[in-house]
Amino acid sequence: MSTTPDIRFPRSTSETGRVSPKYTRHGSGAKGGFEMAAWLFMRLSGIVLVVLIFGHLFVNLMVGHGVHAIDFGFVAGKWANPFWQWWDLAMLWLAMLHGANGVRTIINDYADRDSLRFWLLVVLYAAATAIIILGTLVIFTFDPCPVINGVHTGADFCPKP
Amino acid sequence: MTASTAEPASKVELPASVGGGGEIPTFDVTLRVRRYNPEVSDESHWDEFKLTMYGTDRVLDALHKVKWELDGSLSFRRSCAHGVCGSDAMRINGRNRLACKTLLKDLDTSKPITVEPIKGLPVEKDLIVDMEPFFQSYREIMPFLVTTGHAPTKERLQSPEDRERFDDTTKCILCAACTSSCPVFWTDGQYFGPAAIVNAHRFIFDSRDDAGDMRLEILNDKEGVWRCRTIFNCSEACPRGIQVTKAISEVKQAVLARQF
Repeated sequence: MSTTPDIRFPRSTSETGRVSPKYTRHGSGAKGGFEMAAWLFMRLSGIVLVVLIFGHLFVNLMVGHGVHAIDFGFVAGKWANPFWQWWDLAMLWLAMLHGANGVRTIINDYADRDSLRFWLLVVLYAAATAIIILGTLVIFTFDPCPVINGVHTGADFCPKP
Repeated sequence: MTASTAEPASKVELPASVGGGGEIPTFDVTLRVRRYNPEVSDESHWDEFKLTMYGTDRVLDALHKVKWELDGSLSFRRSCAHGVCGSDAMRINGRNRLACKTLLKDLDTSKPITVEPIKGLPVEKDLIVDMEPFFQSYREIMPFLVTTGHAPTKERLQSPEDRERFDDTTKCILCAACTSSCPVFWTDGQYFGPAAIVNAHRFIFDSRDDAGDMRLEILNDKEGVWRCRTIFNCSEACPRGIQVTKAISEVKQAVLARQF
């Protein structure tokens, strides 16, 4: 009597584990909400940025004396106005988050080694955070006529002691 | 009275050189096939075959000619050979197509025609890939009718308008041409892929189905619809002409609409 050979079902590979682990999804969609929010943010921030950036370019390059008027005093004058402070703040935050999220998706798409992806993301987040914090500080603490150790340093238009 | 009547005068006289119904022109083609046999070598290589083919022949006929007359070890999948079973998706001249729907005369026969297995899935031998990861994703989106309540005593009725809503995605033959043309899937095999989303779309937008929410929840995943970058490779690759990227976008919108 010959023994029956062990014949496996041809489509049972997901149970036997022959499928490479690189195709197996981990977790149960826990981060889906974040990915959806990121997707939505990219579209909404993109629309707002078009208005902000073209408004910024128009005011800086076209209005009045146009591009020739841009100097230290021009920027100082703009940032003396809370409207332009908030305009530039919104532009900074939206552009940085929009850009950083775009680079994040590119890293996730193309960096196939886990450690490489991790470190690229660390560098990206650190750079984005540093620029956002520095930029925010500059916009709100900008003083065109600082007095350092009793010495007036600053532009020509600053009040003289 | 004569017993025989004359032939109708309108019959066109064919010259003797034309044999019956008009002959099909032949031409020479070179087929470059990506070969891989793990029992011989871990490396894959290109094999070239010179063939004389007819103007009505498809790439599949050329592969048959190689397998039946030149090299019986050539391995590829095909079942119906008429563009319905979805067995013979392969990368022909760098594009994902069905070998049985690609006429040789439509390709540039002055250069070798390259035939490779579809990308992103593990190659088992020559043009045969392991489709299991592909079907694993397909099974996860529950590609079957799910209903609640009592089953009706007759068929479930649906208006032509409701049927039209998902008509495009019913055409899928699961050949994997779309999923294996997706650059996101090439680097991230965990992505559900266009085909799974298309087949989820087919039931999400079916008025008779009640599990749309569950499927949207499954696809609202880190590896779900948000992985799609709207590259349109899938729409271009689909041998059935399904607007795959559009279907994926509709599922994205349905996931969003569910949240707000």
